[in-house]
Amino acid sequence: MRFTWFNLMPWPYLPADFREKNRSVWVDIDSRLFDPEKSHDVYNGYLDMLEYAGSLGFDGIGVNEHHQNAYGLMPSPNIIAASLARRTDDVALVVLGASIALYNPPLRVAEEFSMLDCISGGRLVAGFPVGTSMDTNYCYGTIPGLTRERYKEAHELIRRAWAEREPFAFNGRYTKLRYVNLWPRPIQQPHPPIHIPGGGSIETFDFCIDNTYSYSYLSFGGYIRGQALMQGYWDRVAERNAPDASPYRAGFAQTICVADTDADAERLYAKHVSYFYNRCLHVYPGFADAPGYRTIKTIQKGILSQYAPQTMFQELPWKELVENGSVIAGSPETVRQRMEDLIKKLRVGNIFCLFQIGDMPKDKCMHSTRLFAEQVMPKLRNVFPEYADDGRFWCKPLAKRATPAALRAESELAGVER
Amino acid sequence: MELKTVQTNRVPVRYYEGGSGRPLVFLHGAGGLDLDLDFLDALAQRFHVYAPLVPGYGDSEECAELRDMLDFTLHTWDVVERLGLKDPILAGFSMGGMIAGEMAAIAPNDVSRLALIAPAGLWLDQHPIPDIFAMLPFELPGYLFYDAEAGAKILSAGTDMSDPKFLQAFLVQNARQLGAAGKILFPIPERGLASRLYRIKAKTVLIWGEGDKLIPPVYAREFQRGIAGAEVVMIPRAGHVAPFEKPAEVIGAMARLQ
Repeated sequence: MRFTWFNLMPWPYLPADFREKNRSVWVDIDSRLFDPEKSHDVYNGYLDMLEYAGSLGFDGIGVNEHHQNAYGLMPSPNIIAASLARRTDDVALVVLGASIALYNPPLRVAEEFSMLDCISGGRLVAGFPVGTSMDTNYCYGTIPGLTRERYKEAHELIRRAWAEREPFAFNGRYTKLRYVNLWPRPIQQPHPPIHIPGGGSIETFDFCIDNTYSYSYLSFGGYIRGQALMQGYWDRVAERNAPDASPYRAGFAQTICVADTDADAERLYAKHVSYFYNRCLHVYPGFADAPGYRTIKTIQKGILSQYAPQTMFQELPWKELVENGSVIAGSPETVRQRMEDLIKKLRVGNIFCLFQIGDMPKDKCMHSTRLFAEQVMPKLRNVFPEYADDGRFWCKPLAKRATPAALRAESELAGVER
Repeated sequence: MELKTVQTNRVPVRYYEGGSGRPLVFLHGAGGLDLDLDFLDALAQRFHVYAPLVPGYGDSEECAELRDMLDFTLHTWDVVERLGLKDPILAGFSMGGMIAGEMAAIAPNDVSRLALIAPAGLWLDQHPIPDIFAMLPFELPGYLFYDAEAGAKILSAGTDMSDPKFLQAFLVQNARQLGAAGKILFPIPERGLASRLYRIKAKTVLIWGEGDKLIPPVYAREFQRGIAGAEVVMIPRAGHVAPFEKPAEVIGAMARLQ
């Protein structure tokens, strides 16, 4: 099993009446709710948490990309990953990911991912999301009906840029480049492992299966609701005659809260979970799914956006969120049981664990994280022993990696030389 | 009106045909032809009407090769050509007006009569056009109709969003139709027409509902500034969907082109 400590970086200062007074947490969020001075502590606190998780034995620490979104403060996940590269060691940097259709030219993503891989010593796990409709269409203006074609072309360019050793001309419909000659190049060859976050479209299932990429379902609806979608994925893996059904072909995001007892979990975390589910997920349904973004085939399969009105979260109490699996919470033993249930039912080798939830402060988040790392994670390591050697979907760091020099010693040394 | 099919190089195109008189090609708006059928019947009393559907609208086949404004413009010229028409009166409503304007600008010697009904295609920062792609069904009538309440009843007739089957069909239709429209209207319904308007040689009439809340009438003056000799006809007590709300007045204005 591979556990990634994943942070969305929510803005923790949304007012209690946010839902009543605002139409959306995303796209046209009231920019006056953002306080740059407060954000200094928010960002640094989140970086502390990620680095802390990196020291506790998690396999990865993870970040992602959102725009104009009050539950995601990372329009550029690569900036966060770069800062994490320096103060962490031995842990994968999971960027899940950079929306490759949004960059002009998309070569930019190939370059930045190469830099991250080089700086971190081969610790990059790369993500290539199509991006939500909110980010891709409404915030970044990509035409919905052309988004997938643009994505496909960007993917082809990046893969070729990573693979080819001579400068080449790329005559795409959306990107035309005379001299593609990637510099720097990633340490991991032929390329860093690639994970694709998806929302259930058949095309994305097939894309992952055909390219040996890991499919990640980053839902907030929890594993019980996620089961049908993941079953659809595994059915597709079988239908397309993939050479194996390794659980590492799949990943799932899960909100997790661990305390000493079940009652403690509710007492400590319920209000922060409520902040997330009842304020942060308040997305205006008109932004959920730009017409043309989702293919007809996918709509006909009944796969709708998790932000669409039919599935949007109503004011949800703790008890219900825990029972329906949106949140796995409780004592280490309770959490272990439910996690095992999740892992087996969904057949997922990669778990993206969401411990920092809504406006949860650092101390509580670290408490929950540490209990999981010490008392839950070790007991879940061996659910799929037959696939223990499957390294296809994870990074392969250099054996010998640089460590940042101590700052004072360095300046003293400079003094001696002078 | 009869629903027929004509084949272009790329795709079979569905179109309505009816009436007699001078040929007139009518290009529909982003909402399709559903609201315009009575208007077309009335129009067919005076003209030989051809109303092609943009690929993806109604029951017509989608066409992935139509990606940008030039594709839409040339595609519609292909349709005119395949219908065997020479210099028909070119009329377009909203998105259709944008396409008709582009057609007249790109081939000015092939269009001598042009009727643009509340066309899209220009953008004024002081008068931003609301984002139809982020609207929920219940928000539309307020922008489309002069009488929003009556409009809401018309749009919701026979719809039941709580029925999953209906909802799915609705979403598929939206994805097909507005997905196609988005190629030239998303995220801003402007693709450079302003810089090409000067090429239009056609006798042009600009027809606008005085109460248009989607593309406000100030845009009529902007089109008029760009097209030499263009005439503006404002229709009182009409919103954006003037052909639906005031068909006789709109047809009367179009008849000035004869």
